[in-house]
Amino acid sequence: METKFYTMLIYSENFAGILNQITAVFTRRQVNIESLNVCASSTPGVHKYTITCNCTEEMAKMLTKQIEKKIDVLQAHYFTDDEIFIMEACLIKLSTPVMMRNAEVSRIVRHHDAHMTEVNPTYCIVEKKGRTDDILSLFEELNSKGAVLQFVRSGRIAVTRSTTERLDQYLEEMEKMRK
Amino acid sequence: MKQLITGAEALMRSLEAEGVDVLFGYPGGAIMPTYDALYDHRERLHHILVRHEQGAVHAAQGYARVSGRVGVAIATSGPGAMNTVTGIADAMIDSTPLVVICGQVDAAVMGTDAFQEVDVIGVAQPITKWAYQIRRPQDVAWAVSRAFYIARSGRPGPVVLDFAKNAQTGLVDYEPAHVDFIRSYRPVPVPSDDVIRQAADMINHSQRPLVLVGQGVELGEAQAELQQFLELADLPAACTLLGLSALPSAHRLNMGMLGMHGNLAPNVMTNQCDLLIAVGMRFDDRVTGNVQTYARQAKIIHFDIDPSEINKNISVDLAVVGNCKQTLARVTALLHEARHDEWISAFRPLWDKENERVIRPATQPAEGPLLMGEVVSRVSEATNHQAVLVTDVGQNQMFGCRYFRYSQPRSVVTSGGCGTMGFGLPAAIGATFGAPERTVCLFVGDGGLQMTLQEFGTIMEQHSPVKIILLNNNFLGNVRQWQQMFFHRRYSFTPMLNPDYERIASAYGIPSQTVTERSQLDEAIRRMLATPGPYLLQCGVKEEDNVMPMIPLGASVDEMMLEFKD
Ligand SMILES: Cc1ncc(C[n+]2csc(CCOP(=O)(O)OP(=O)(O)O)c2C)c(N)n1
Repeated sequence: METKFYTMLIYSENFAGILNQITAVFTRRQVNIESLNVCASSTPGVHKYTITCNCTEEMAKMLTKQIEKKIDVLQAHYFTDDEIFIMEACLIKLSTPVMMRNAEVSRIVRHHDAHMTEVNPTYCIVEKKGRTDDILSLFEELNSKGAVLQFVRSGRIAVTRSTTERLDQYLEEMEKMRK
Repeated sequence: MKQLITGAEALMRSLEAEGVDVLFGYPGGAIMPTYDALYDHRERLHHILVRHEQGAVHAAQGYARVSGRVGVAIATSGPGAMNTVTGIADAMIDSTPLVVICGQVDAAVMGTDAFQEVDVIGVAQPITKWAYQIRRPQDVAWAVSRAFYIARSGRPGPVVLDFAKNAQTGLVDYEPAHVDFIRSYRPVPVPSDDVIRQAADMINHSQRPLVLVGQGVELGEAQAELQQFLELADLPAACTLLGLSALPSAHRLNMGMLGMHGNLAPNVMTNQCDLLIAVGMRFDDRVTGNVQTYARQAKIIHFDIDPSEINKNISVDLAVVGNCKQTLARVTALLHEARHDEWISAFRPLWDKENERVIRPATQPAEGPLLMGEVVSRVSEATNHQAVLVTDVGQNQMFGCRYFRYSQPRSVVTSGGCGTMGFGLPAAIGATFGAPERTVCLFVGDGGLQMTLQEFGTIMEQHSPVKIILLNNNFLGNVRQWQQMFFHRRYSFTPMLNPDYERIASAYGIPSQTVTERSQLDEAIRRMLATPGPYLLQCGVKEEDNVMPMIPLGASVDEMMLEFKD
């Protein structure tokens, strides 16, 4: 069966231990998490998880159902890249001496539209946001020049392209059932 | 003026508010403040001191399964909590409502590897419906109410409350809590009229329908709705292991038991029907056999309360997600009266075949050693098929479930999804508290009895009227059967050297008898049932008997073996 890259958007109450429960659902079904981001959402008290993985659509369905089954999870949905706006960010620590020796290095930084946020005689810090491929190609080009001291890439974050807000609708619907 | 009470006292009041009348437990350091509070509530909260925490959870399971109420178990931190784990996992997979309360070290020392500190929430999370650590006395009322609401609502399951010692001793201005809504939790989905109409249409157009009845029917108390549904449209039905008593054995439309050691007719007909209607069951691999060849010819409707069960193991054509008590009734209202005489009579020859080749030889042998099947069948008859059947795991379980007959709901207590040896004895104790007016018969093997044998002590103390029928074959019989069939009879560590069980029983004041002769069986059963209180009836049965028929691992439901000759 065909596997694909899926992004899962999950909302939960802000209780301890939920991240554990969510990741355990992946582990038990032998699916690797490629990236993960957790933060407060726009709704007070609600946390948002953005998780990416490679799997079949059946598996993505099963994973989201099993996650949504957890008592304190509000919603879990999976998306393909064309259904969401996505972004990642990276920080690259470059060696200043190498950069001084090789003009190509700053050219690469400019060419990729990355920002230099700190420069001192030992190192420079470059930051870049974009899609995975853009970030990886920046890193690889710089790395090929032997300029990289450290590299870190964030988990993916995403919002849906849809014109309706499912979480709001869900919460509204549920609040009607409150006795 | 504020009336401050301890968190432990708040727990007692919260349990009483939930209507708890029995708890099974075992004290220890980190739960002592709770036991101290319990001392003042022991009239209303009847505490049963078990002999091992595993026994407490299995007893709570037995209590819950026969009564439909939430079973409650209490243990101390660390080792006490860890001893509850097997029962919690068992309750999770068999959807049994439980609240397990464990002591925990003081919040001030959590994470320091304090004495008897274990990360109970970390252990419990994957095997519970909800696990919560109570760290403040103010949270007790809310957490207890939420725990009971979650355990009993929707698809039931176990909840663990990890109760820090400081939350037990700390003071709180107690106010009762009543949780009956959680915005992230929809326990009972309601399907649209359209889905109900589609289900009715599919059933009305079916020529060869077959209904699979699972424990969901018992959990939803939908036994009457099921019968109306079946009778109106003349739908033959078969039961899963845990669903056996959801439909009386003698019902005209009951075609028997599904699965690996179920009946031939319903298994074979699963691959002949044109519509499979699953109600409150989860297509366990022991029911489906090879999923690639399972009911390929049929359309499938799945009634279940848990959306995550839909298309999990078997893809279905229509899902009716909701409480079957309501969904069955809604569909029934749209069903046409029908007859499927020809289809139903097609089950007959298969039944005749199984009767002749398997059932009669197993239950009415003319000679040879005593057989498990005949013991079960004689006990069922002697109780007029009214008793609660509790089993352990293994051949005793399969023979028990196959040859016992059921006339009342909630009459089967057995470890299905987990297959936990040692479940039987404590579960039977719990069942006597959950259904005190009923006879409770436990069938157990010589292996499984020894796994929780210490609960003889609980039986002695409580005088629990458990009728223990020990089917002693001097083997770990079920494993031995597989060794015989699939491992060239290499009996690797399955012969069992047994103690004198009658002497053990007598040490605990439990009356007993041993039979090995067919001619003594009926009289021994009569005496067991006539003796008030507990009783051990040891039956020396054939050592190398096999549970048949059988769907071998990986085979299709219609490839059942009727006998095995090596
Ligand atoms: C806790 C546990 N350990 C091991 C097993 C594996 N197992 C399944 S059936 C069985 C044999 C049971 O023997 P006995 O209790 O004598 O019952 P019999 O099958 O002979 O009726 C074993 C070892 C299990 N199900 N549970």
